[in-house]
Amino acid sequence: MEKDQLIAEMKKIVGEENVLHSKEALYSYSYDATPGHVYMPDVVVSPGNVQEVSAILKFANEHKIPVYPRGSGTNLSAGTAPLKGGIVLLMLRFNKILDLDLENLIAEVEVGVVVQDINDYVAPHGLIYPPDPGTVKTASLGGTINENSGGLRGLKYGITKNYVQGLEVVLANGDIIHTGGKNVKDVSGYDMTKLFTGSEGTLGVVTKAYLKLVPKPEAQASMIAVFNTLEDAGNAVSDIIAAKIIPATMEILDNASIRTVEDFMHVGLPTDAAAILLLEVDGHPVIVADEKEKVLEVLKKNNAAEVTLAKSPEHKEQLWTARRMALPCLAKLRPTTFVEDATVPRSKLTQFLRIVTKAAKDYNVTIGTFGHAGDGNMHPTIVCDLRDEEEMERVHKAMDDIFRGAVELGGTLSGEHGIGLGKLPWMELQHGKEGMNAMKAIKRALDPNLILNPGKLIGEC
Amino acid sequence: MANEITAEEINKHDATLLKDIDDALANCMKCGNCQAGCPIYRETRKEFSVARGKISLMQAILSGKLEITKEFDSMMAQCLTCKTCAANCPCGVKADELILRGRHATIKARGLNPIKKTVFSLLSNRPLFNTVLRMGGMFGWLTFKDIPDKNAVLSRLPMPGMDPNRATAPLAATPLRSEFPPVIKVDNPKHKVAFFTGCTINFMYTDMGKAVIDVLTENGNEVILPGAQHCCGTPVHVSGAFELANEMAKHNIEVFERFECDYIVGACGSCVEALKDYPKWLADEPDWAARAQAIADKVREISQFLVETGYKTDNLGAINKTVTMHDPCHMVRGIHVTEQPREILKSIPGINFVEMKEHDRCCGSGGSFSLAHYELSRQINDRKCENIKATNADYVCASCPSCRMHITDGIVQNKMPQVVYHPIQLLAESYKLGKQK
Ligand SMILES: Cc1cc2nc3c(=O)[nH]c(=O)nc-3n(C[C@H](O)[C@H](O)[C@H](O)COP(=O)(O)OP(=O)(O)OC[C@H]3O[C@@H](n4cnc5c(N)ncnc54)[C@H](O)[C@@H]3O)c2cc1C
Ligand code: SF4
Ligand code: SF4
Ligand code: SF4
Repeated sequence: MEKDQLIAEMKKIVGEENVLHSKEALYSYSYDATPGHVYMPDVVVSPGNVQEVSAILKFANEHKIPVYPRGSGTNLSAGTAPLKGGIVLLMLRFNKILDLDLENLIAEVEVGVVVQDINDYVAPHGLIYPPDPGTVKTASLGGTINENSGGLRGLKYGITKNYVQGLEVVLANGDIIHTGGKNVKDVSGYDMTKLFTGSEGTLGVVTKAYLKLVPKPEAQASMIAVFNTLEDAGNAVSDIIAAKIIPATMEILDNASIRTVEDFMHVGLPTDAAAILLLEVDGHPVIVADEKEKVLEVLKKNNAAEVTLAKSPEHKEQLWTARRMALPCLAKLRPTTFVEDATVPRSKLTQFLRIVTKAAKDYNVTIGTFGHAGDGNMHPTIVCDLRDEEEMERVHKAMDDIFRGAVELGGTLSGEHGIGLGKLPWMELQHGKEGMNAMKAIKRALDPNLILNPGKLIGEC
Repeated sequence: MANEITAEEINKHDATLLKDIDDALANCMKCGNCQAGCPIYRETRKEFSVARGKISLMQAILSGKLEITKEFDSMMAQCLTCKTCAANCPCGVKADELILRGRHATIKARGLNPIKKTVFSLLSNRPLFNTVLRMGGMFGWLTFKDIPDKNAVLSRLPMPGMDPNRATAPLAATPLRSEFPPVIKVDNPKHKVAFFTGCTINFMYTDMGKAVIDVLTENGNEVILPGAQHCCGTPVHVSGAFELANEMAKHNIEVFERFECDYIVGACGSCVEALKDYPKWLADEPDWAARAQAIADKVREISQFLVETGYKTDNLGAINKTVTMHDPCHMVRGIHVTEQPREILKSIPGINFVEMKEHDRCCGSGGSFSLAHYELSRQINDRKCENIKATNADYVCASCPSCRMHITDGIVQNKMPQVVYHPIQLLAESYKLGKQK
């Protein structure tokens, strides 16, 4: 189809002002937060309601034009990169919180709403929407649903999929369907809600969601513990869980991250420590007090060299600087930053960290690792310069070792950032041919013309 | 033709214009964090409105994927220079400054747009500039032509006790510097203080300027008002016309070098920041940079000066009003002065100080941004007005004449009762009331 004709058709559906096609505007939607993936779309369209989305998809499907749903474009897997040209479907005009049902503790929210805005909206009612990715202030609900995002509270509270109870989805052929709803229990039919959650825009365009809310925990206790060996830190993590305590947060920083943060921030971190753990338990005040004591005991038993308890919310913020600033400080080291999210069973944490350190040494690349220790979800962060081809080759070799290592330990390529394009090459390694075939069959059934985010997640189909 | 210029050559040429910021641009890791605070992005939610988008566009020029076009220019124009992105950027990218570099490249590549050109050549010629301003010519051009709603130019110039609903035309009958002698003497002066008025205070909000002079003299300072001082150059600098802005900076440096003074005080966050930034502007000319540094060392924002050198609090009259404060972008993220104006306000008896939500969020003025993008800057400002409304304040304080004008406009449009002042005006009024007792 001619580009001009496509633009004219889009204008008919959503109105002139919601179609962008200047070269500069198109370039602005050629990338996301993933380094090294820039592809020009043909047009950027912002629909304002579900009927418009349906009309756009119907048209695109008939003419086999690729469509890339996009929220805030903060994903780290090239999930929104317009790989094959076509339509960028910008979902940010879906910006309303439609309903807050306090009897069922359900919020009905459009996908363009920023996650933090949902939290701000429900906070006066003593409620929270727990999934809190590092991008909570920028990511759209639609993006987090399609990446099935996690966050700092994942260990105790779970991730996005645990809070999405129902969806409104437009299929590739333009059909509008509703999955799930306000029912806490619902076994009628396949669990389509879970299928679309984490589907990275390859199976349908989500327009609205029913979200489960939970009461805000009454009390918290936070602490930070310093370890001289990785084993001790790893054992402390396992032992805390074995003691039947599920902290809201249990984060780790490795030595490279600690040193980098200290270099930039001068907050007095122990630069010779092998690892730091940051922990928070929350809930009823009595239980929090009890769990805090137990955690302290476990930390001591595992040779924590130093443990500091947060005395006040401000003090906690201060202690958590290390975690908050880990990625920013690593990113400051070099121009390009790859934040990976390979995840292993909790018990394999120490082994995995060793694999990362070895890869960094073997290929002479800079990697700092931090992440959600409680979930086994690590963020080996590789800093480099995309403009240096020779270095990039070494970076890819290091990545290869890391992903293979994770899979060999029974882990997964991605704990929360998604596959997109970045981790495609390793998908078969994890899922096998048969597993890939099953996923491709689902894709072809729902999107026979392969228009939705083609080439991503499962690759060519 | 042998010497025909090809598109490729144009691209190559455009790329050279940004070459020296290649590394600075590459430091942006495209995380998108800047979306959270950018006042423009919050309204448009378009990628090219946010710092990440503009940085990417500049990189596209650098790599020859795009050339400098009118569209590129208009995207670079979508920035209030409010520095929110830079203050919150995990990678320490100073996007606001890089965007100015983008504007600079546009000017180099294509020349200034003709209307701007006229205005800027006026700006760089001080006597002409002053005359035109005096006749209302320039602000007339700025206000009437570009602001669709005539109401928008109704700006109130209220003094405490005056009917707050009285709307006045924006230009003062007599510019501030024509009202006063070049030196305002006091007995046994504590300090000799030169007052950099800035244009908005000189030509429009002379009440702010008078308050500054009153407060300075009240505290035993001799005030010097150099007549030949010029606009600080900010509007020219932020448009990317760096060479012209530098000429204006040099002029001001020369003017202030002529006076022996202990301090140079300004009452507009943007002007003060500019004076402090002159050494950076002139970094390529070491001699000038050194002279600029000598000036910059003496520069203080008025509340900063008062808190640093001490001010009288024993003879203050009560102002029984609820007061809230807006932190102008260049006060909070430019020169980092936020505590001093609060300290001054809180020291005035009777004032009930209430903090507004998002007090450090841009009001949407952004100098000439509000003129070129009135609708958008109005939307940004409506948010500010909502936050003001929630405080139930009588007065809103802002240490910047542009904010004062823009917030006042918002208050008029939203039919709200508040009056906007510079904090120093309340201090001056309090001294006055103290004497009436
Ligand atoms: C600094 C940084 C920190 C991060 N921290 C975390 C973290 O802690 N945890 C975590 O899980 N992630 C994290 N991320 C990744 C990213 O923020 C999340 O993936 C986020 O959910 C993306 O939201 P978005 O609105 O930007 O989505 P986008 O990037 O716009 O889109 C993401 C994917 O969803 C699809 N999509 C978007 N909207 C729709 C829709 N309405 N219908 C169908 N498909 C759609 C897109 O096609 C794409 O495949 C981080 C990213 C950065 C840059
Ligand atoms: S400017 Fe800073 S905050 Fe914005 S995308 Fe770049 S690195 Fe992130
Ligand atoms: S300076 Fe302000 S307006 Fe400009 S890009 Fe940054 S946040 Fe947006
Ligand atoms: S910042 Fe504004 S008011 Fe101050 S001198 Fe410059 S133009 Fe004039």
